[in-house]
Amino acid sequence: MDEILKFFLEYREAIFIIILSIFLGIEVISHVPSVLHTPLMSGANAIHGVVIIGAIIVMGHADNVLSMILGFIAVILGTLNVVGGFVVTDRMLEMFKKKKKKQL
Amino acid sequence: METIQTITRTFEFSEYISILEISYILASILFILGLKRLSHPDTARNGNLWAAAGMGLAILFTILFHKTKMEDGSFQGIHNIGWIVGALVIGSIIGWLIAMKVKMTAMPQMVSLFNGMGGACAALISMMEFPRMQNELADMQVATMMNGESLAILLGLMIGGVSFAGSMIAFGKLDERIGDVKSPALRYINISFLIILFVFVIFIMFKTPVAGENWMIYTLAALALIYGVTFVMPIGGADMPVVISLLNSFTGVAAAMGGFLYNNQAMLTGGILVGSSGTILTILMCKAMNRSLLNVIIGAFGGSSAAGPASGDKSVKEISMSDAAVLLSYSQKVLVVPGYGLAVAQAQHLCHELENLLATKGVELKYGIHPVAGRMPGHMNVLLAEADVAYEKLQEMEDSNNEMNNTDVVIVVGANDVVNPAAEEDPSSSIYGMPVIKVWDAKNTIIMKRSMAKGYAAIENNLFYMPKSRMLFGDAKATLQKLVSEIKNL
Repeated sequence: MDEILKFFLEYREAIFIIILSIFLGIEVISHVPSVLHTPLMSGANAIHGVVIIGAIIVMGHADNVLSMILGFIAVILGTLNVVGGFVVTDRMLEMFKKKKKKQL
Repeated sequence: METIQTITRTFEFSEYISILEISYILASILFILGLKRLSHPDTARNGNLWAAAGMGLAILFTILFHKTKMEDGSFQGIHNIGWIVGALVIGSIIGWLIAMKVKMTAMPQMVSLFNGMGGACAALISMMEFPRMQNELADMQVATMMNGESLAILLGLMIGGVSFAGSMIAFGKLDERIGDVKSPALRYINISFLIILFVFVIFIMFKTPVAGENWMIYTLAALALIYGVTFVMPIGGADMPVVISLLNSFTGVAAAMGGFLYNNQAMLTGGILVGSSGTILTILMCKAMNRSLLNVIIGAFGGSSAAGPASGDKSVKEISMSDAAVLLSYSQKVLVVPGYGLAVAQAQHLCHELENLLATKGVELKYGIHPVAGRMPGHMNVLLAEADVAYEKLQEMEDSNNEMNNTDVVIVVGANDVVNPAAEEDPSSSIYGMPVIKVWDAKNTIIMKRSMAKGYAAIENNLFYMPKSRMLFGDAKATLQKLVSEIKNL
């Protein structure tokens, strides 16, 4: 029990951020029209590519060949997630923009 | 680097760390605003760029200003910058090329593929951090690995691994490289695997750290990968969007675990934001299909081919190409109901051609879009927009249903489950209760289909046997092509 209480105290800031972010995430997208489900999913997909920062940090203090190789792969995969995600989303939304112009 | 002690806290200070943290705050704000803008049609594209800008900012400042506290207490910046930039360039080029070259129809599997990459990235980070952490803990001679860091590492590996393997299977299914494996036994296998995974994580946490003993982390990785495969394997192809959305939020949580590990606010907010909004999005998608998430995961679709009244010896009526052409030319209101068959056949441009041709004859053609037609919500909108179909020609399901009685001809192009009357009439059907486009209320229905094969829900569609229904067999593109030239020749 003591362990758990200590855990909360030690990580209280992170826990706060997590809880607030959960509510924020729900609130931010709760009124999305179904047409935008796919692009929104794709955009969110690109945002979790932020994991690449972790890969850069790991790679930044890698000191042996194995972790260099793994880190290198991790950075490539993370970049794929970020760049591919944003570009695919942009291509999808480009379609929506085209018809917007026509309406005007 | 100096240590500052105030009444309340002690922390390390340098300009670089402050600048880095400020950049993370900006990045988080850009992620939130980006996501917000992504959920409105007018601002969506712009929102995507905002989020991308936040990402670029966070990556650049991490490379420039991140400092890691070493074992001797000194602070060191990012090493191996050449390799990192090299990996960034390689990843960017490959990612860009894949994303630019992929056809609009293949977008769903691309999202899944990129999601898997993120999951793999999170899992790899954990696999590298675990040995380092365990060595440190072993040096400190602590009794167990019970602490926040190891929990974050283990969960990051577990969730990232499941997300990677699951996304790859989802990618394979959407790309039609992998079929569905449906077996009731899988349900129990899955639940057992999930329990084993959690028990194993707890087991590692209670272990005494021994420097260099890393078999657990590889075992955990293997278990997570296997679970990812068995988790997605029984789920039907039509449910893949929901699964991808769910795996998407998993990867978000895995990224947040990394943020927890490095006390990195950008990763934490970005990851959790995606985790929670992804979960809500998953639930919204399920709602659009009138199904519960649990129902999707267990894979209730399929396997129930006995459901629905036995079709027996009912027969379908075909319509000749010239009859269809005459029927359409002398109609006033025509509704096209597209489905995945349209996407597969790439027939959206021909639909538009048909629409223009009929417009010259004074026939009004609109498109009735079911929210989950195709493989992803909004799939049909994107496809038809690509073919320059005007926005106001696309009708939501409710509007289409309201006007159905006045519609002369409905053309169903490659859709099946979204126009199945069983959803309204047959409580024993697995899609009962799902809102559908009631094409049977129109005066005539022409159904373009490759064969009498069932849709993704693998159930019989009584629409085909209804008195007002006529079949036009063949590939959607070829059929539409013939129909267009037939109408031109009238």
